[in-house]
Amino acid sequence: MALIRFLDKPFYRNPWSQLERMRQEMDRLNRNSNNDFATYPSSSAYPAMNITEDANNVYVRAEIPGLPANEPELFVEGDTLTIKGERKPGAVDEKGSYHRREIEYGRFSRAITLPTQINTEKVKAASKNGILTVTLPKAEEVKPKKIAVEIK
Amino acid sequence: MTEKELQLQKKREVQQSGEPTKPQKQFIPAVDIFETDDLVNIVAEMPGVDKKDVSIGLEEGILTISGSMHGEIVENENPLLKEYETGNYLRRFSMSEDIDQEKIEASMSSGILTVRLPKATRAKPRKIEVKGE
Repeated sequence: MALIRFLDKPFYRNPWSQLERMRQEMDRLNRNSNNDFATYPSSSAYPAMNITEDANNVYVRAEIPGLPANEPELFVEGDTLTIKGERKPGAVDEKGSYHRREIEYGRFSRAITLPTQINTEKVKAASKNGILTVTLPKAEEVKPKKIAVEIK
Repeated sequence: MTEKELQLQKKREVQQSGEPTKPQKQFIPAVDIFETDDLVNIVAEMPGVDKKDVSIGLEEGILTISGSMHGEIVENENPLLKEYETGNYLRRFSMSEDIDQEKIEASMSSGILTVRLPKATRAKPRKIEVKGE
């Protein structure tokens, strides 16, 4: 059987084509606004993360102010990265009183699924000014490879 | 006993009266303010700000804390998920106490700024004993 994309079928055989066209239109709109990458404040898991990638690595950055650099616990298991830790309040002087308490303290644990396979042996993490950066090298199998076209 | 799970706080943007010239965002850092008889202690959360980029000023009873962040270097990196934004931090407080300006101390450690504002001697509470006959 010849492989024909579902969408390439004539209109009368595909009742979903109008919906599909709408979806493609939405995709196009999304692509156009890509340079102003949208933030998703809807996630309420702590810590907030920014994840980026380049050809060789996946970078996970998390805002965890007030956590000493050696304290966050990181685990990599297959394609899951887990960050755990605890933010402890500073020493409290019994004699005084608080006027404002806006900073949250407590334990946190967050697991994320990474978009590609990674080389778990070579994961590195660094913390600077309260931002934790985890560098996860991609596994060799998933790195983009250039294929040369032979000229005959 | 169940331990408290940390909740994510959304960054609040500074409501500016004028239009900023730079496209950078300004956020209000979350603070803890603690007062004892001798000092006012302000702890502000400013992740991503280096200690040399923090400025603290006290002028006519208004304390201004600001920190600038140079943003994360994301050249040649494709964003996959973006949950927090980067920008500068700014917050102002009108101090109700007299502060000894000379003795203000500040320290910065892993994104947390601590400012110790010692009270001026005349602002410290003094207990006055009432003598009987």
